[in-house]
Amino acid sequence: MQDLPVLARLYVGAVTAIGAVIVTFSLLVSAGMVGREALTGEQWTAVIVLSLLVLLSNLIISPLRQSVAKDQRIDIGIDMPVGIASVLLLGPFGAPIVMAVMSFAPGSASNDRQLPWFKRAFNGGMGAIQAFLAGLVYTGLLGQTLIDDQFEFGVKPMLAMLAVIATMEIVNGLLMVTVISLTERVSPLRVWFGTMGESAFPLFIYSIFGLLLAVVWSFAGWISAVLVLAPLMVARWVFAQFAARQAAYEATMRSLIKAVETKDLYTRGHSERVSRASVLIGRSSGMREDRVTTLRYAGTLHDVGKLGVPTRVLQKAGKLTDEEYEAIQQHPARGREITRELEFLGEAIEGIHFHHERIDGRGYPMGLKGEEIPEFARIIAVADAFDSMTTTRSYRGARSIEDAVIELRRCKGSQFDPVMVEALIEAIEVHGWDVTDTLAETAPQPSETSMPSLGSDDDDPTARARLALHVPDDASELDGINETSGEGS
Amino acid sequence: MSRDADVRASGPVVLLAGLVVIVGLTRTVTDNLTHDVLLYCAAFALFIAIGEVMRLTLPGGRQSAPLASAGALAFALLPEWGGPQANPGVPLALAVTVVTVGSIVGSVPRAFARRSVLVEELARRVIVTLVAAFLFHAMQVLLEDNSFLRPETLGDGTPAGLIDPKWTAAAMALAAIVASVVDALLAAGLRSASDRVPFGTAVLDEARALVGIASAIAATGVLIALSYPIMYLWALPIFAVPLLLTQFSFRRYATIQATYLQTIRSLSKVTEVGGYTETGHSRRVSRLAVTVGREMGMSQRDLDDLEYAALMHDIGQLSLTDPIPGGATTMASPLDQRQIAELGGGIIRQAGVLDKVADIVERQSDPYRPHRGQLDTELPLESRIIKAVNAYDDLVGASMESDRKLQALERLSLGTDREFDPEVVDTLVDIIERESVFTFPGH
Repeated sequence: MQDLPVLARLYVGAVTAIGAVIVTFSLLVSAGMVGREALTGEQWTAVIVLSLLVLLSNLIISPLRQSVAKDQRIDIGIDMPVGIASVLLLGPFGAPIVMAVMSFAPGSASNDRQLPWFKRAFNGGMGAIQAFLAGLVYTGLLGQTLIDDQFEFGVKPMLAMLAVIATMEIVNGLLMVTVISLTERVSPLRVWFGTMGESAFPLFIYSIFGLLLAVVWSFAGWISAVLVLAPLMVARWVFAQFAARQAAYEATMRSLIKAVETKDLYTRGHSERVSRASVLIGRSSGMREDRVTTLRYAGTLHDVGKLGVPTRVLQKAGKLTDEEYEAIQQHPARGREITRELEFLGEAIEGIHFHHERIDGRGYPMGLKGEEIPEFARIIAVADAFDSMTTTRSYRGARSIEDAVIELRRCKGSQFDPVMVEALIEAIEVHGWDVTDTLAETAPQPSETSMPSLGSDDDDPTARARLALHVPDDASELDGINETSGEGS
Repeated sequence: MSRDADVRASGPVVLLAGLVVIVGLTRTVTDNLTHDVLLYCAAFALFIAIGEVMRLTLPGGRQSAPLASAGALAFALLPEWGGPQANPGVPLALAVTVVTVGSIVGSVPRAFARRSVLVEELARRVIVTLVAAFLFHAMQVLLEDNSFLRPETLGDGTPAGLIDPKWTAAAMALAAIVASVVDALLAAGLRSASDRVPFGTAVLDEARALVGIASAIAATGVLIALSYPIMYLWALPIFAVPLLLTQFSFRRYATIQATYLQTIRSLSKVTEVGGYTETGHSRRVSRLAVTVGREMGMSQRDLDDLEYAALMHDIGQLSLTDPIPGGATTMASPLDQRQIAELGGGIIRQAGVLDKVADIVERQSDPYRPHRGQLDTELPLESRIIKAVNAYDDLVGASMESDRKLQALERLSLGTDREFDPEVVDTLVDIIERESVFTFPGH
């Protein structure tokens, strides 16, 4: 809490305090100690059944909680329907009790253990205020709660229900927007139209389930809560499993990528960074978000074909034989072969296959030229070269970003697509670039003796001269090779 | 499995359902239905048909049509039919007829797909509907006879009000639960017969796979039936919404599950692409290992781990500086084999989510009886299966020659005193024998 601005701290404290007062007062009223609106027996049943269902739902998904917590968007709201139902069934003094139980129930979205205590307290306070106000609106309009009388269709009750939903959503929105804009120092309007606007519709749908629950309760009793909430609880449970599976999926992919990188000591973290740089290029050239996601996969997997190259060849420090060159040159094609059947990769497969092509047609494996090279491949080529230059390699140390930019600019039009080069440079100027060269600490620093430049071992003197001019990355080792073979044929 | 096995398994179930349908249809046709009743029946049949069209594949490959099943259940459980006094509910024959007609109409678009599966599903639904309706009626009659359950009983004991809806709801819920259990048992029986899974394992698998979707279906069915006297047909579209949400999340989960498997399968090719192992080796080993595991009574959850482990069992070879000639680990020295296994386990363990799979891969080269015939009790069954199947595939490969298969099996049998688990080898021999025409001498 220390790192929050003073105003935000005061605000969080005030909301929590008001919530606490409401809950205490509601408890006194409901128990019959203050006023004349004590809860009836059936209303206490509702308090207990609703609280138990929330607890049960949390219990079911608690083993999967961690993966859900990482991505709140994929949690299915059970809090909202229960909140709405408790307002309709229990009125302004009963509903805050359910909300309080809900926000302190273990495993609730609002009581996530990963949240700091003051955020949890704020969530609880917010729930109590929402429920209290919405309850006042409902009983003010209709004079009684739903549990007292069987529901009958009509304009007035329907409007009252809509008013309850509106009150809940608006109060929730206002309280949330204020806290976000105070802590993150953004304009409240931006928050309102950004994140809040997106969640309004799903919240409305979940609220409808709350209405249904309360209406069915009015003629069938507590079992309606079980029946209405069961499909939601199952959906929530399956979504949690989905989230866990997706996390598992990403972890598996990452560890397989690491397997590629353990084969080639000097490329640790390379795939991850190429992926990051590719995404920067994609975003700054205005690519659609779903394509950016595919591009991220392409960046991560671009060297997966190296799994098919014998470790001895990849780690060899000295001169490579023609066969060994050929083995390395096959990695894009092998990458394609490995990923070919993965439907979700789509365009990424072409990107993997052609990321060593050059704009001037002197790359491999096909020698494609200019626009013939798929867009993803042109992007990855730039990202690949940029990362290789700015990190330590077996034959040289890391270069500065400025030097790398100069090199990229010099090679645009011959090796790289100028559009992509400029897109990367622009993106780095805006977002910066975190090199995190893991190798600098863990691997031996390159020394003069351990710099067996591939170019210098080459038989072709022209290739050697060109190599000195061109980008010296692991790609250009191969580019050098390609140039020799290109000219030899 | 073969078509014959399918027919044998589903035969009795389909026959029973067919009889029920014939009786139901004849009785319905001879009944005089009013215009109104026909309209309501048509609405439910349409709902079931739409649900049937929106069929989904659950994670793990099972088929389900949640909306259709919920609609069928709701129709079987409708409390008031033709006025409060007329009937305890929808006549059994009519329930069967509406469910059958709806399901068949909904199956038309899929009629060209695998017919046998749809027939089984339909048969199950008809039987389950009958069970639910029968139980509910029986309980309704019981409730009618017990006047004390009525909230407004007059002083002289004659019933005045209707049965409290809470009791009706309880009766519906009970009927729905029993019907779901019957459905799971039927599904387990069918699967057990067609895939040669022991019945107990099949029941556990079905229970695990269906508990989520079945409870959502049952709740929705009861909810529609319960609110029908107040909402009438509106109950159908309104309470379909939560179930659609459930269906949506199941679909997403099934998609990611399939993608995961697809990715592991693809990545298992890396050893082949790199020339470390023979083409198709990982897939053949995984297919055969899963068949062996299934027949040895492993649960679906364990079979999934076995499949992943079998697909990735050679991944440790990637860390070798040079490929083993021919990629056959069986030919490598025991020390090398162990090293490959450990390296592979290490790579998989890094994922952090596949620890069980990593354990299996790590121990895949360990002998069954390491010290003078003493059993290694901690060696996972999955590892023993992979060891035997891997050795078999190293010896046979993609070859279809019976001689080679025979020789390989013979070699495995000879190794059962130390290397291989005799039970695994026996099951393997059974499977290979079934797939080919020869019989293994002395078996």
